[in-house]
Amino acid sequence: MPLSTLTGTRLRERRLAAGLRQADVAEAAGISASYLNLIEHNRRKVSPELIDRLAGILGLDRAALAGDEDAALVEDLRAAASRATPTLAELDRAEELVSRFPGWAELLVALDRRVQMLERAVEALNDRMSHDPHLSQALHEVLSSLSSVRATAAILAETEDLDPQWASRFHRNLHHDSERLAAGAEALVAYLDAGSGIAEQGIASPQEEVEDWLNRRGWIFTDAELASGCRDDVAALASTAARSLAQRLLAEAAADARALPETAFAAALAVTGPDPLSLADRFGADPLTVMRRLALRSDVAAGLVICDGSGTLTFRKPASGFPLPRFGAACPLWPLYTALGRPGQPVEALVSIAGQGGRTFRTVAWGQMQHPQGLRGPELRAAAMLILPAEPGAGAALPVGSSCRVCAKAECPARREPSILGLAL
Amino acid sequence: MTLHVLLIEDEPNIAEAMRFILSREGWRVSHLAQGTEVLERVRADRPDLLILDLMLPGMSGLEILAALRADPETRALPVMMLTARGRDRELAEQAGADRFISKPFSNAEIVAEVRALVGR
Repeated sequence: MPLSTLTGTRLRERRLAAGLRQADVAEAAGISASYLNLIEHNRRKVSPELIDRLAGILGLDRAALAGDEDAALVEDLRAAASRATPTLAELDRAEELVSRFPGWAELLVALDRRVQMLERAVEALNDRMSHDPHLSQALHEVLSSLSSVRATAAILAETEDLDPQWASRFHRNLHHDSERLAAGAEALVAYLDAGSGIAEQGIASPQEEVEDWLNRRGWIFTDAELASGCRDDVAALASTAARSLAQRLLAEAAADARALPETAFAAALAVTGPDPLSLADRFGADPLTVMRRLALRSDVAAGLVICDGSGTLTFRKPASGFPLPRFGAACPLWPLYTALGRPGQPVEALVSIAGQGGRTFRTVAWGQMQHPQGLRGPELRAAAMLILPAEPGAGAALPVGSSCRVCAKAECPARREPSILGLAL
Repeated sequence: MTLHVLLIEDEPNIAEAMRFILSREGWRVSHLAQGTEVLERVRADRPDLLILDLMLPGMSGLEILAALRADPETRALPVMMLTARGRDRELAEQAGADRFISKPFSNAEIVAEVRALVGR
């Protein structure tokens, strides 16, 4: 397995942090101290077996040492840098930052997310001020009655020879409009005071809130939990929109579970493996249902993305090492989009993430059309792509990215916009 | 000849106050409370000036203005628009209004603007 070039740096940092001498570690791993020294300075590649031994000696998770987990963090850092224009960040040294200062790197990514959330919140508030029909109606009411009060009061005050009949008429109008003005002002104050919470105003996007919750749960639900609707979990989400998204997701998962009950599904899965078409055939279910069901299992370890006809991701369960774009459109080379354009025909493809040491995934994608309003209703499309770990030595893979801005693939025919990595790498 | 002002305003009390103010200047004021008949009335009565509220039931002030400006017969009619918000002013300007008065206006302001607009 190809390893990140900076495994050595990481190894050195962790060894020093553990207070171990190079010679002792080398001896325990059965290599010479000078060889370990070369490895630590990234001048020798390390075999997976040696990584395992070294991880054991240092008491570390293998993945942490090999940098699997860091790939996502590197991707997030690059994405953060892509949003700063002009970027002053040393893009080619993102891996080094992650390996040497993982805490600072996490903090940077967390801050970047926070900035984006706040930007969205400002936009939401701005939209609210300029487009909210209630606010605009309330203001109009106040300004109208105020106009009337002002004009009428001025007539009463400034017209010396005002006919008594007219005068009493204007007094009546003035009284009526001042009542209206008071009511309008009260309504306005009540509206502005209503103070829906920060979460309600879009500080965190509802999708992010739901994804955070799913990530905390590890995306695993038992059939019993699904049948009960996980009400406590849903109630704990901060915004109404997030609760409604979560409810929809859970309702769908519960329906999927009824169509493909756990015992029978697990038995069939043991026979067929994660093959959505064969499983769909066995249960008379549609492949999209099977793919969602597969994604919410711990034994498959699959990532899943689903998009609608516009290509927008509507479901995104990450797979380790396969970065999904946080915002905006994904890589047009994903087999997901091939399947979207070719409904009813399965697409199976090996892909590797460009610029990430050639890590390979097996993807299975399927697209289908739906007519929820019948013959004359709109045609809806949806496509799904399972992201599965590839067998070692599976063959040539198509290099894809997460999204153009942070993709290292050179000379890509599908490129929409220049990559910020283009110059730096 | 007496100046004829056609006033389009859906708030009855504002309309009443404006009628009073303009009439005292010796002008003839006719009034409509909604947007739907404005075009017919303008063609039939040939007013010297139109005072048009932006937010009207039936047909919005902007639609009326656009229709007036599109017709060669009414293209030159001076139009004064009553707006409540700054943002509307831009829209009214694009639609071809000659003057704007923001609510809440002062009576003296209305009279002065009418005088300036018809050159009297």
